[in-house]
Amino acid sequence: MEVNYNSEKEVTSLSPNRKKPFWTEKRKESAAGMLFVLPEFLGICLMGVFPLGFTLFLAFTEWNFIGGMETIKFIGFDNFIRLANDDNFLLALKNNLLYTVFTVPVGMVLALILAVVIHSKAYAKDFFKVAFFIPYISTQVAVAAIFAALFHPSLGPINQFLMNIGISDPPKWLGSTDSVMAAIIIVGIWHSVGYIVIIYISGLSTISEEVYEAAEIDGANFIQKFTKITIPLLAPTTFFLAITLMISSFKVFDLVAFLTDGGPNHASNVLVYYIYEEGFKNFRMGYASAISWVLFTIVAVLTIIMWKIQNRKAD
Amino acid sequence: MHKFKEDLKKNPSKLIVTIILGIISIAFLIPLIWMLSTSAKFESDVMVFPIEWIPTRWNFVENFKAVWMSEVPFTTFYLNSIKLASITTLVTIIVSSMAAYSFSKLRFPGKSLLFGMLMAFMMIPEQATLVPRYIMVKWFGLFNTHEGLILMAMFSIYFTFLMRQYMVGISDEYIEAAKMDGAGYFKIYWKIMLPLCRPIIATVGIIKFIWVWNDYQNPLIFLYDEKLYPITLGMQYFKTEYSENYAVMMMAALSAILPLIIVFIILQRNVIAGISLGGVKG
Repeated sequence: MEVNYNSEKEVTSLSPNRKKPFWTEKRKESAAGMLFVLPEFLGICLMGVFPLGFTLFLAFTEWNFIGGMETIKFIGFDNFIRLANDDNFLLALKNNLLYTVFTVPVGMVLALILAVVIHSKAYAKDFFKVAFFIPYISTQVAVAAIFAALFHPSLGPINQFLMNIGISDPPKWLGSTDSVMAAIIIVGIWHSVGYIVIIYISGLSTISEEVYEAAEIDGANFIQKFTKITIPLLAPTTFFLAITLMISSFKVFDLVAFLTDGGPNHASNVLVYYIYEEGFKNFRMGYASAISWVLFTIVAVLTIIMWKIQNRKAD
Repeated sequence: MHKFKEDLKKNPSKLIVTIILGIISIAFLIPLIWMLSTSAKFESDVMVFPIEWIPTRWNFVENFKAVWMSEVPFTTFYLNSIKLASITTLVTIIVSSMAAYSFSKLRFPGKSLLFGMLMAFMMIPEQATLVPRYIMVKWFGLFNTHEGLILMAMFSIYFTFLMRQYMVGISDEYIEAAKMDGAGYFKIYWKIMLPLCRPIIATVGIIKFIWVWNDYQNPLIFLYDEKLYPITLGMQYFKTEYSENYAVMMMAALSAILPLIIVFIILQRNVIAGISLGGVKG
């Protein structure tokens, strides 16, 4: 093969007038390479990039979709100005931040403890991984249906239990503006803990046993090993999880939509639910687009922070 | 077994920890256990306290009939979910693996730029593009169709990335050998790469299937015809029909969740490996 190739080359160089074929191996490979990427690339542009630009355009307009194209009205920054003064939007943002501030750290601490115990102190690791992961793969809407019954204010098992242990006036959970976010946060944590456990266990399995053995020789106890070895070496995993979980906490929708429709009295409204409500219940496409851009900005900022810090570590 | 005994002698606390962890994991799964137990009860026994974990009077069959054989078209919802999840998964695997093959094994001008762009596009949250997608899907005449939902869900940068990482690890020797035999690029992709990628395809496939099965937001916005509802909208339908019948609701929830749990337990290694690999939920 090698010989053939060389002799062919010699022939071409000996006769410069002979035209090289257009489809050289290199060109064929380039064409194939582009063709194989094409469907994915076009699809992402059509269903991701173009709509994102379209949302930005719509954010500067007032448009009720039902009225048709001719009713689009360009209104500059009015939507964003209105957002800054919209109590419902500010409440949705506040609720969303509340959801983030509680689900992310609580979920991470619980999951870290579980992961360390499962990884280093227990038999049947695979069984526990599966057990804690089951809520994460369970249909959120079905999970919401279960918790709707469990949280029933007067008859639900949770409040019956609370009354039984002496709490005479348990929270009304989904029925009250004071406790509705707490209920949604509890379900959110329950749903995501297993995911965090799995990521932490995969982080733990990259720490070599020798580090712990060396520490044991120096007389380190379990707590010392945990704080001096496990936590520092897991820092990249913790960082990755914190950002990823924050991003997904800003996308919370199913639980709110199924359990409360943002109520009672908007007390459980969150960003994505507000997009849904404005865009698809009130058909204010422009206003919903402005909220979408708030969401996109939050996610983009978090993602860029993650890239910056991860790249700095890589250098 | 011998090893287990030795280990136990050396570290007796491990057994105690395992037992405690076992109790915690059961406590953790109580909501699902409650669902299971409630789905077999008469409605009047559901909210009895203390909870009857094992029903004293069984009504499993009647609840099952109420979900599967009443006027609520639950079977239709189920078939719709199976259809949507299988087709979307299949198409996603094809589109993503094609791009992954190109990014991992072929050279073409602008490749790293294109790859970088796709990685950047990964941050676009699908929730931020709901409004324009609604308008576009109406323009295309795909509103209230399964095709529209599949079209929106079939492009996944995340899975392309996972598959590319896997394909990078596949030795070029296989490809060189096939080239010697005169195989073209498509043949190499179809006959060499895809078979070698079976483990990652299983991983990506099961995760995608679960995500589509569980998707509530897109069907809620892009479908209105009950005949086209997947199981998640079916649950919504049940909520309005049987709002105060928790036993039937739990039977419906059980029906929605159970197939996923079974498939997950069978393919747990693939799912957990896939989640550990990248971990970004799309």
